[in-house]
Amino acid sequence: MLAYLTRRLISLVLSLAVASAVIFLVVEVAPGDPASYMLGINAQPETLAALRQELGLDLPKWQRYLAWTTGMLSGDFGMSYTYRAPVSEIIGERLWISLPLALFALTLAVLLAFPAGLIAAATRGRAPDLGVMAFSQLGVAIPNFWFAMLLVLGFAITWRIFPSGGFPGWEDPLQAIRALTLPAVALALPQAAILARVLRSSLIDALGEDYIRTARAKGLTRTQTLWRHGVRNALIPVLTIIGLQFSFLIAGGIIIEQVFYLPGLGRLIFQAISQRDLIVVESTVMLLVFAVILVNFLTDLAYALADPRLRHR
Amino acid sequence: MTFRLTLAAALLGGTAALAQQTDLTIAIQLEPPHLDPTSAAAGAIDSVLYSNVFEGLTRFTGDGAIVPALARTWEISDDGLTYTFHLAEGVVFHDGTTFDAEDVKFSLDRARAEDSTNAQKALFSDIAEVTVIDPATVELTLNAPNGNLLFNLAWGDAVMVAPESIEDIQQTPIGTGPFKFDEWRKGDSVRLVQNADYWGDAPHLTEATFKFISDPTAAFAAMMAQDIDVFSGYPAPENLPQFQGDPRFQVLLGSSEGETILAMNNKQPPFDDPRVREAVAHAIDRQAIIDGAMFGLGTPIGTHFAPHNPDYVDLTGLSPHDPDRARMLLVDAGYAEGFKTTLKLPPPSYARRGGEIIAAQLRNVGIEAEITNLEWAQWLEEVFKGKGYGLTIVSHTEPLDIGIYARPDYYFQYDSQEFRALMTTLNATTDPAARSDMLAEAQTLIARDYVNGFLFQLAFPTVADARIEGLWVNQPTQANPLAQVRWTQ
Repeated sequence: MLAYLTRRLISLVLSLAVASAVIFLVVEVAPGDPASYMLGINAQPETLAALRQELGLDLPKWQRYLAWTTGMLSGDFGMSYTYRAPVSEIIGERLWISLPLALFALTLAVLLAFPAGLIAAATRGRAPDLGVMAFSQLGVAIPNFWFAMLLVLGFAITWRIFPSGGFPGWEDPLQAIRALTLPAVALALPQAAILARVLRSSLIDALGEDYIRTARAKGLTRTQTLWRHGVRNALIPVLTIIGLQFSFLIAGGIIIEQVFYLPGLGRLIFQAISQRDLIVVESTVMLLVFAVILVNFLTDLAYALADPRLRHR
Repeated sequence: MTFRLTLAAALLGGTAALAQQTDLTIAIQLEPPHLDPTSAAAGAIDSVLYSNVFEGLTRFTGDGAIVPALARTWEISDDGLTYTFHLAEGVVFHDGTTFDAEDVKFSLDRARAEDSTNAQKALFSDIAEVTVIDPATVELTLNAPNGNLLFNLAWGDAVMVAPESIEDIQQTPIGTGPFKFDEWRKGDSVRLVQNADYWGDAPHLTEATFKFISDPTAAFAAMMAQDIDVFSGYPAPENLPQFQGDPRFQVLLGSSEGETILAMNNKQPPFDDPRVREAVAHAIDRQAIIDGAMFGLGTPIGTHFAPHNPDYVDLTGLSPHDPDRARMLLVDAGYAEGFKTTLKLPPPSYARRGGEIIAAQLRNVGIEAEITNLEWAQWLEEVFKGKGYGLTIVSHTEPLDIGIYARPDYYFQYDSQEFRALMTTLNATTDPAARSDMLAEAQTLIARDYVNGFLFQLAFPTVADARIEGLWVNQPTQANPLAQVRWTQ
């Protein structure tokens, strides 16, 4: 188990190093000057030069790369060009929305998908299964922003149960959760549909294995077999999907954030790219890479827990 | 149960608010990058802070006039070189420090300093010296007479700031206005509260929250759900009729300072030939562009000047839609077979939607314009700075900016000795009647030279709760002054 962990950790660090170089290169290559974006079309050349100097944009690229990476190691992500505030502070504020929203959506998705997937697998080919399959097909097919608009139309405009968007902050947790509910539902539906389908097929595969027949032969009931041997073995692909979905939800909710004007990470990146706030783009993308790699690492650990054989490889 | 209680509380709160509502939630499209109007071009900063948190020596009123603000009166010397301003007394900044002539000197010297990052530094270029006479009097000496000085001082880039609070101004703006900055939730909102120590008339509102919603669908939903009270600069003109038909709302159709033009690269062939530029001007059907791209909102213009300005001259008659005439002009210029060029479009919908229509209209007279969509940063780099384009569409939102035609290195590269001389004389003239004549001449000159295709003045629609009054209808400068805004019920 220790060797397994060490290997995973080394690959984690290497991936981060490579990612930082790639991100920096790609972002710096994009045309456009942050200073002229900020000062607009009436700016005098000497004003632009003064601002570039103030932002440190007059330094050579390699120096800026070094400053950025060494800064990150000590937790300093630099200062945003446009917001003029520490990047870590800006990202921190956004994470307080994006992270709870992703967790909220994923929880909803899992709560929906597990019973649905189990029922479908247990009643394969019969009415409940067909129902789940039809609904999940719909869930995969419906674009989530369109579903989001429907939710707004119904719950915000017509019935006024939830706000149409925005985020009031966590000082009042109830209001905060109300504000995140519609976006979470909109994000969760397609994820739940995918998850239910994966769980169903994975369970059906597992239920066809020899050890299931053995378990039944030694006297376990259908339900006992399903829980003790079926579900546990079917979990691995499902965990993979959940891991991927979580990383996607952290920043991938950008369209949903746009529809509900939520100040999340996705919108931060989008704005920063169009404003050429290079340092924010670099640091946020780096953070996301870190999150994805970390989630993968944790998923690997979860595999090891679900499947003892992996611990010794 | 908790949920029901909240609902009940919300309903009760709602009825109480009906009795005497003094808070306002107002949405605008873009969020300010930071909150210092004197060091960025972003209009969103002024949209939130102008005349609310910050004030200048003079200010714009809603109809575009320049009136006294922190300077209550002034005298101008006969040679037009010395301006003596008498300041309002008893004014304090929001942090409690006193506002006096030293602050005026500090603000203006900072804006025109060598290392200044003021986006409109040119506004101050004629100021030679700022002298403090006494705490309530300040004297500005100019290098040359400048008839625009009082106008220049009204800009958001010329507001008064204090040395005591300048360090944190980008995150915590401290001004002298009727509202104090309270909180900025980045990405979501900025909250202002009433300034109890305001030197002028107290505002009606006790609290105002600016929200930032750029998505047209989200804007519609937030307005319809009445989560916001006002949307200033509503982003989806297509659903204005729906608001107009709903008694809960009022729709204010205002005008902005945005002259939307089809800019031509005057030094790049074939646009260096005035006949080609004239041909382009006749190929354009302004009304079709306004109807097709702007859902009918916008006023046709024939020159680079705002139609609501008293000095505006209607010159649309110089370039009526006339494809036959355009084709003839192209034949004269030696382009009987037409030609190919580029049409580079920045992100706003007036450019993207308008660009498609213009390309079709140009094709009709034989000009093939290849469309490229650019982000703003790319547009600034490629088109504005690099001048690597044939045609582009952009709205010039600065007030009274006809002076850009006197800059031969400006991106459309119009180089006219006559126009430059005219602008120099205009700047040196303070007599209003003479200035008016010269502005008319300037408008005619660029229209007759067909420098650019002059399309339309960008409209500025505001959707608001029907019970609100006192909002600016027009945008003589990008701003939402709230001092006069109140709920009528």
